[in-house]
Amino acid sequence: MSVILDVQNLSVAYRGALSPAVNRVSFQLGQERLGIVGESGSGKSTVGRALLRLLDSADITADRMQFQDVDLLAASERQMLGIRGKRMSMILQDPKFSLNPIRKVGDQVAEAWLAHNRASHKEARARTLEMLTSVSIRDPERVYDMYPHQVSGGMGQRIMIAMMLLTDPQLVIADEPTSALDVTVRMQVLSILDRLVRDRGIGLIVISHDLNLVRNFCDRVLIMYAGRVVESLAACDLDRAQHPYTQGLLAAQPRIGGPRRPLPVLQRRPEWAEEPS
Amino acid sequence: MMTDDLPKARSVPFAALAPLGRILRFLMRQPTSVFGLAVIALLVLAAIAAPLLATHAPYAQDLSNTLAPPSAQNWFGTDELGRDIWSRLVWGSRITLSIIALVTIVVGPIGLAVGTVAGYYGGRIDTVMMRITDIFLSFPSLILSLAFVAALGPNLRNAIIAIALTSWPPVARLARAETMTFRNEDYVSAARLQGASDLRIICKSIVPMCLPSVMIRLTLNMATVILTAAGLGFLGLGAQPPLPEWGAMIATGRRYMIDSWWLVTFPGVAILCVSLAFNLIGDGLRDALDPKQMNRR
Amino acid sequence: MSPTSRMTGFARQLGTIAITLLGLLVLTFAIGRLMPADPVRAIVGEEATQDTYMQVYTQLGFDRPLPVQFLMYLRDVLTGDFGTSIRTGQPVINDIMAVMPATLELATLAILIGAGLGIPLGVLAAVKKDRWPDHVIRIFSLMGHSMPIFWTGMIALLIFYAALGWVGGGGRISDYYIGLVPPVTNFIVIDAMLAREWDVVRSALNHLILPASLLGYSSSAYITRMTRSFMLDQINQEYITTARVKGLSRRQTIWRHAFLNIRVQLVTIVALAYGALLEGAVLIETVFSWPGFGQYLTSNLMTGDMNAVMTCVLLVGVIFIALNLLSDVLYRVFDPRTR
Repeated sequence: MSVILDVQNLSVAYRGALSPAVNRVSFQLGQERLGIVGESGSGKSTVGRALLRLLDSADITADRMQFQDVDLLAASERQMLGIRGKRMSMILQDPKFSLNPIRKVGDQVAEAWLAHNRASHKEARARTLEMLTSVSIRDPERVYDMYPHQVSGGMGQRIMIAMMLLTDPQLVIADEPTSALDVTVRMQVLSILDRLVRDRGIGLIVISHDLNLVRNFCDRVLIMYAGRVVESLAACDLDRAQHPYTQGLLAAQPRIGGPRRPLPVLQRRPEWAEEPS
Repeated sequence: MMTDDLPKARSVPFAALAPLGRILRFLMRQPTSVFGLAVIALLVLAAIAAPLLATHAPYAQDLSNTLAPPSAQNWFGTDELGRDIWSRLVWGSRITLSIIALVTIVVGPIGLAVGTVAGYYGGRIDTVMMRITDIFLSFPSLILSLAFVAALGPNLRNAIIAIALTSWPPVARLARAETMTFRNEDYVSAARLQGASDLRIICKSIVPMCLPSVMIRLTLNMATVILTAAGLGFLGLGAQPPLPEWGAMIATGRRYMIDSWWLVTFPGVAILCVSLAFNLIGDGLRDALDPKQMNRR
Repeated sequence: MSPTSRMTGFARQLGTIAITLLGLLVLTFAIGRLMPADPVRAIVGEEATQDTYMQVYTQLGFDRPLPVQFLMYLRDVLTGDFGTSIRTGQPVINDIMAVMPATLELATLAILIGAGLGIPLGVLAAVKKDRWPDHVIRIFSLMGHSMPIFWTGMIALLIFYAALGWVGGGGRISDYYIGLVPPVTNFIVIDAMLAREWDVVRSALNHLILPASLLGYSSSAYITRMTRSFMLDQINQEYITTARVKGLSRRQTIWRHAFLNIRVQLVTIVALAYGALLEGAVLIETVFSWPGFGQYLTSNLMTGDMNAVMTCVLLVGVIFIALNLLSDVLYRVFDPRTR
């Protein structure tokens, strides 16, 4: 398995904050689906944004942050412009906020193509329509001319997926891709994402707080707590987790047919944020 | 139950004023607001100590020494009647301050009364009162003040009345918005259950809660008041000569401007400094609070 | 929004405007009646007999109760009769038509300068929030907001006209050009261009540039502040992150996304700033001897010309209401969310 992304001891500190938001996180990614799980504030979203170098108000340090042939630490902003949206992209949480409210959704998708290719608007439009079809949008011509407030959340997120996969990136980060959606459309959106990622051999990082989603959808899981990776294991081994925090997270989940005792309260110990993982 | 509630009710006004202290501390952290506060402090000092600071009597003419340039004897020069400009400026600070104070004293209660009544009762009363407010708002304040002064007759007192008449609507708007958020609070319902009259509820429970934001809005308004008053004075519709009002001083100095620049320069600098000071404080206050709400007229 | 609810919304807005206009008329009527000048005496002259005086007095309806007088005023206004100016002997409306182009010329150039200065500065201040460009721009625009414009006008005349001689002094053109160009539109720059009198064009621009710059600077203060606050609202939105993830540069996200999204808001505040210029125009026209609306209003205030004052005040109110309405309409037309 070829390594797409190699991160060693990544730390991110927002300026003015007392403690780093991400503290010496290391992982590798091949053509697989990696889940990053943690509570809100655990630094999981910050990892994604740090990889794309979107954090203007934070200091990023790492021993190594290699994306294929690119050293993300040393890359200039100019180089990053060629990487963002072209080779690495990110699906954001809520299409209600992540789509520009006053532009046609189709034009917004096409813009991703135009940002990286010398192409006419007509060509970009054709590409966009094709991509909209492949995220199972039935009437792409009509949807192209709609505004974000006119599409449902599920469709908005499919449009977002189309926008981010249009340029055939090698790595996609999905930051809580389904948390803003109705439960009923979550599976649909996830399966579309899953199909595209498999077909195109894309490396995928799914950032989520939803342990079940990650367990069913990903190959491997990182558990983050207070800016640190406390445990890393294959999704199928999740039940054999060693770390007390992971065990706590699992135990705090209700199960149909399970015992009717009150669910245990999640423990949080400060020393988990300190001990080296 | 009565005894239980009494201390609470009495503490409402004090609780409402507590944020002002925090705001003041916030202002002291920014150099621009500190500059503004310093200028205002100087202005107040000058007004209090005018007899000590002034080197001459503000109305004393010296026809042998007219239009004299700034010198050791007349720091800012003399005007066309040989009056000392520095001394007139110092005495004029009293006029400026009293305009600000009087306008604020008139505008605050009017705005509060209209706003709280409209917000408290809602419905028809609210619609009618806000319609009237909108009519006053549909004029630039200087033009409406001009018309009022023309109707009432040009002098300082009428200028103050005119400015007050044109600057209450934004205060009323704000007080209404605040009242609408407070009128369904539990302590208002509690007062109503105790049988308090509407007047009592408005005066004792609602007005104190509106006070901090209204006072801030009034501060923001002071720069406009100064500029409008100076503009009226300049057009001959405000303070009348020989009063040492800064705008009027510029108006009379205008005729001698080409040869005697000091006649218009120093009063203008004084107006600019004071209005800038209030604007700097206002800007700091705006940062300290919700920016959107304060941007509205 | 369904078509019917939009229609009722529109009807309600028209009703609101009608009531506001009526209130405006009450206000101008009150101002007119409060004015100390005696309009009858001004018409009949000082030497007129008591009989003639009383005749005109009843003719003008001053003997009727105030509500009736108001209805008469209302009728006159609705039929387009704003009365005659005592000072000029002309119908007030003609007088105003004659002076308005001078003010519009001044205000239009001023708003172009104000928006041209204020919008880029506001964007820059937002992008550089809390860093030194933001602070410099803040002080610069607060200065514009704080200066007594009549005084700045004088100082500018002292420096640029009297000392340096870069620009023309008071008035719209230099004296020896007066009457050279036939008045077609009463906008001197346009008239002179039509007549191909390039010296006159230059002279007119020379006189226009200083007062227009000062007015523009003072209105740029408001435009800068609003632009900055609109931009800050946009810059922190998630869709800006999306645009950057797509590979757009910071500059592109600012101008292609954030800025385009505030353009409707900007048009509305520029419209409101244009109305507010009338206020500055009253003062600046006095300083620059500019024969426009502001000077017409102030000279009538001095002489107590009741009809003229009432009409001027009414006109300013109507302009303000119209601009407010315009900004509402623009919002509805250009924001897809309200369509």
